[in-house]
Amino acid sequence: MLLSLLMLIPLVGSIVVFSLPRGKDALAKQVALIFALVTLGVALYLTVGMDNTNGGLQFLEKHDWIPAFGISWTLGVDGISVVLIAMTAILVPLGMIAGWWDAEDAGRGTVKGYFALILALEVFMIGVFVANDLFLFYVFFEAMLLPVYFLIGRFGGPQRAYAAMKFLLYSLVGGLFMLASLVGLYVVSGRELGKGTFDFEALTALHMDPATQKMLFLGFFFAFAVKAPMVPFHTWLPDAAAEATPGTSTLLVGVLDKVGTFGMLHFLLPIFPEASKYYTPVIIALAVISIFYGALLAIGQTDLMRLIAFTSISHFGFIVMGIFAMTTQGISGSAFYMVNHGFSTGALFLVAGFLVSRRGSKRIADFGGVNKVAPVMTGVFLLAGLSSLALPGMSSFVSEFLVLVGTFSVYQTAAVISTFGIVFAAIYILWLYQRMMTGVPSAEVSSTVKEINRRELLAVVPILAIIIALGLLPQVALKIINPAVAQVQTYVGVSDPTSEVPTSMPGSGS
Amino acid sequence: MNPNNYLVLAAILFTIGAFGVLVRRNAIIVFMSVEMMLNAANLAFVAGARSTGTLDGLVAAFFVMVVAAAEVVVGLAIIVSIFRSRRSASIDEPSLLKY
Amino acid sequence: MIAALIGLPLAGATALLLGGRRTNAWGHFLAVALSASSFFVGLGLLIQMMGRPAEERAVSQQLFQWITVGTFQVPFGLHLDQLSIAFVMLITGVGTLIHIYSIGYMAHDENRRRFFAYLNLFVAAMLLLVLADSYLLIYVGWEGVGLASYLLISFYQHKPSAATAGKKAFIVNRVGDAGLAIAIMLMFTTFGTVTFTGVDAGAGQASAQHLTWMGLALLLAACGKSAQFPLQSWLLDAMEGPTPVSALIHAATMVTAGVYLIVRAHAIFDLSETARTAVVAIGAITLLLGAFIGTAKDDIKKGLAGSTMSQIGYMVLAAGLGPVGYVFAIFHLLTHGMFKAGLFLGAGSVMHGMHDDVNMRHYGALRTMMKITYVTFGLGFLAIIGIPPFAGFWSKDEIIHAAFGQNTFVGAAALLGAGVTAFYMTRMMAMTFFGEARWQDDVHPHESPAVMTIPMMVLAFGSVFGGMAMLFLGDIEGWLEPVTGFAQPANAISNTILIPITLVTVLLGAGYAWLRYGRRPVPVTAPAQVSILTRAARADAYGDALNEAVFMRPGQYLTRSLTWFDTKGIDGAIGGLAAAIGGISARARRLQNGYTRSYALTMLGGATLIAFVLLLVRL
Repeated sequence: MLLSLLMLIPLVGSIVVFSLPRGKDALAKQVALIFALVTLGVALYLTVGMDNTNGGLQFLEKHDWIPAFGISWTLGVDGISVVLIAMTAILVPLGMIAGWWDAEDAGRGTVKGYFALILALEVFMIGVFVANDLFLFYVFFEAMLLPVYFLIGRFGGPQRAYAAMKFLLYSLVGGLFMLASLVGLYVVSGRELGKGTFDFEALTALHMDPATQKMLFLGFFFAFAVKAPMVPFHTWLPDAAAEATPGTSTLLVGVLDKVGTFGMLHFLLPIFPEASKYYTPVIIALAVISIFYGALLAIGQTDLMRLIAFTSISHFGFIVMGIFAMTTQGISGSAFYMVNHGFSTGALFLVAGFLVSRRGSKRIADFGGVNKVAPVMTGVFLLAGLSSLALPGMSSFVSEFLVLVGTFSVYQTAAVISTFGIVFAAIYILWLYQRMMTGVPSAEVSSTVKEINRRELLAVVPILAIIIALGLLPQVALKIINPAVAQVQTYVGVSDPTSEVPTSMPGSGS
Repeated sequence: MNPNNYLVLAAILFTIGAFGVLVRRNAIIVFMSVEMMLNAANLAFVAGARSTGTLDGLVAAFFVMVVAAAEVVVGLAIIVSIFRSRRSASIDEPSLLKY
Repeated sequence: MIAALIGLPLAGATALLLGGRRTNAWGHFLAVALSASSFFVGLGLLIQMMGRPAEERAVSQQLFQWITVGTFQVPFGLHLDQLSIAFVMLITGVGTLIHIYSIGYMAHDENRRRFFAYLNLFVAAMLLLVLADSYLLIYVGWEGVGLASYLLISFYQHKPSAATAGKKAFIVNRVGDAGLAIAIMLMFTTFGTVTFTGVDAGAGQASAQHLTWMGLALLLAACGKSAQFPLQSWLLDAMEGPTPVSALIHAATMVTAGVYLIVRAHAIFDLSETARTAVVAIGAITLLLGAFIGTAKDDIKKGLAGSTMSQIGYMVLAAGLGPVGYVFAIFHLLTHGMFKAGLFLGAGSVMHGMHDDVNMRHYGALRTMMKITYVTFGLGFLAIIGIPPFAGFWSKDEIIHAAFGQNTFVGAAALLGAGVTAFYMTRMMAMTFFGEARWQDDVHPHESPAVMTIPMMVLAFGSVFGGMAMLFLGDIEGWLEPVTGFAQPANAISNTILIPITLVTVLLGAGYAWLRYGRRPVPVTAPAQVSILTRAARADAYGDALNEAVFMRPGQYLTRSLTWFDTKGIDGAIGGLAAAIGGISARARRLQNGYTRSYALTMLGGATLIAFVLLLVRL
């Protein structure tokens, strides 16, 4: 019941906030925040309550929904999904605090509508991570689009209609291919098992012939690659992230996009092991291209928000690479990377949002010398940036290194090439920092850019604290993730390569 | 008598009716042509029923008659209201429902 | 206790950065106190270590399990042995002196608190680098010092040149960092572990090819951090930072981390001839290149930076010689840390008295105005050019000797480098302290306050006696041997012949410089009509021009064209598809013309078509 409760709380919250009378904006915000915090509490309880010796699904719930088609309300979490849920539950209230006044400024929506939509989005985001019936997953996967569509389309910047429509169409096209594959999977399962099913664990036991597997794999992969997004299906992300409010961008890039990589890890690998192995070389190549393409385009951007969006495309390349390396380090690293990327990009988006709302412009060239007028803001921005470039001591370093080392043991060339991606990461972050923060502030900057305030600090400091804490003690998260990774490897039927020189270290090989 | 002859007659009537619908502008004439097409179909149904000795065709013919009667009621009412508003019974006149 | 070494300065950095303005008044004293207490902890550990027999000197401290993912297990463990304690003493000792010096040097800077926070952060990161017990943890310190270096180089953030220099240093260093990352990955796949003990134990069983690649990747890392060819270009720009930073980070400690890495990974280099040869080649090239650049610089700090490159070239060369050279690489590193820090602090003192002017052509005749600076700088000068019995003589002579043992060309390069070093250092001395005064208007040279001169005096003391103390009292060879191994060089030329040859070379270089710059007047503006070589040296041997032509310009072009491709190509294709569908729809819409009879005709046509198809199918 815990997982249903986890979705029920924000759902109730969303309805309550939406049905509050007009004009009670302050109340709506407070109520929404309280519901988000209660959800966070439940999510943390869930994370702590995980059994870390068991790699399978926990907190299982199973109720019939449409038994005629083998569709059921099956919820469950493994170590990977639970850390993503915790990340989501942390980012939602912080995004609310950071965007406390965002709904007032722009757009056509109401304040209570904004906060109700964020809570509704949280329901579906948690839903995709806990759903273990593929049909249910699909429902949440598509339902997620609606709140985001309205969040961008109603509360976004000047190009919001274009960005929202682009986002919706891209996602729908991806979803369509997934639906086709889903139906195909149902038919195949009906043929194999006698009765069609969408149940995740039942589907992992299927023995499909390779040709069917490959076809069905491609449908799912396309949907996830659009969502993640991977080059060349990425062009919706910069537009959407640039037009949305910073809080929305945080959830969009920090959580929503993870559904793509989470789907690859949680559904593609276990259900289509043969096809996954077959397509690995192509996908690794695409991932390497994404890493460099995203980084180079980030360097070339003149818009702050678009730049951050492109850095994410580069980071998603790392995540996908780690997943398809299929080694313990690669998959664990990717799962951990998803969490860290949510936090580091979230922090970057939020601080960038503070700056943009002060200066009234997203153009990097309109800044300069901010360090002189707002040193604390600059420091916070630098920390978020350093986390994005995976500086050791930050959690992102651990995950990025795990991905690289995990990939290196099977695909040396790809890993070596990708390692030089860290040079580009340094270029885009530090050059951005130089253009925005150093130098002598212009008159506009001095008059508009004020020091970070208490509310804003309250929103970003917890994220930065988590980033540094997880950088020093990554085991907190990794020990939850690791058993689930072993389970994925069992599903796929792969094991780690052994080292050239046998180790005599205690506990090795375990 | 050869049932084929009835069918040929029905086809001729149907063609005349369809032709009338397509070339005439006056709504009343178009309406009459539609009636003619319906009756052509009725003739074919009845002829078929006669040659196979079953009741299916006759039942269908009755259905058509009932539908035709209902259609006359609605259709004439529409024509009359169009005529009232436009002082014309041409069916090309009210081409408002377009792109 | 080992963790306290790192923890103290780290606590200082945290307190000063989080404390904000409240700590402005006393922050620098806290930073000095914490750095000094770290030094005394280190001193205590050193005394304890000396009390133990050689094989029991190394101690480690496991703090906690840092990363465990499958077989990839990295503990957060510290390892203190004879090699790391030497570094600890250098880092905390010189570091504390420079902290003290900075109290005076940065007295009037409004961001002094931040400066001291960064200095403390640097000391902590550097200590982590040398105390780590696994290569991954070295990487943490490695990038940590890179961060501190970035923050300190671009400390004067309002100057675009400083901001650019800091960024450049970090980015070039990251190329090297990628090398270290690759080496670590290769270690993991080869040995299944990345700890020193695991790698050292497994090295003997690994394939030669893997060891060579590991060595080369580590060399790339060392090139980045230690400003060795071809990643040397950032060091000269790094002089944009405040002078104490140049002294501590870009002369005494951080830039020598590459040498530390190579010596630390000696198990790998011992077994790979190819990697060692590459190290020697890089070291020889850089020592000549750095010295060459040093000869033409008018900026006193850049001249010293070229010299640093060159001196680290000596260390890298020595490290590449294998067990013959490891000890001398570290020996030279330690003596260099003292005399070069002293020289930089002297340069800072001169700048302090000259209104932050760095152009030596505006100096001259300062020996009377700045007596302490003159004497301390002069002692450092004698140490660096290798006059016996000053510190540099002992270490550099051993390297030249070992280099001749390896190969005559390498030895000749090292010998030539010694001559050029004498030339540019004498030029620097002559232009700064001798000749006639060429001061700019309203510049009134004066001696620096005691808080600055005392650290200089301490370092000058080290420049005089440091080499002898380490060699004769400390027995540096025997001290380091348990860690790095030691072998007597195969004597191609004996020291009794080599020392006079070296001294003659040095005196020739110094004499020529004296003739050109000491005896003749120095023009206040740099002459424009100069040889190609001088022009090349002034342009840092075209290192930046090369980087710009090979990486920056094509990179910018690539970025621009990809941005264009993304908006016009990918997004354009998607947008074009959308436009095409829209266009087709607009055309198709025209079919809805509103004429009832045309709809009827369409229906009739459709019905006929269906009837025909049905008939055809049946037939």
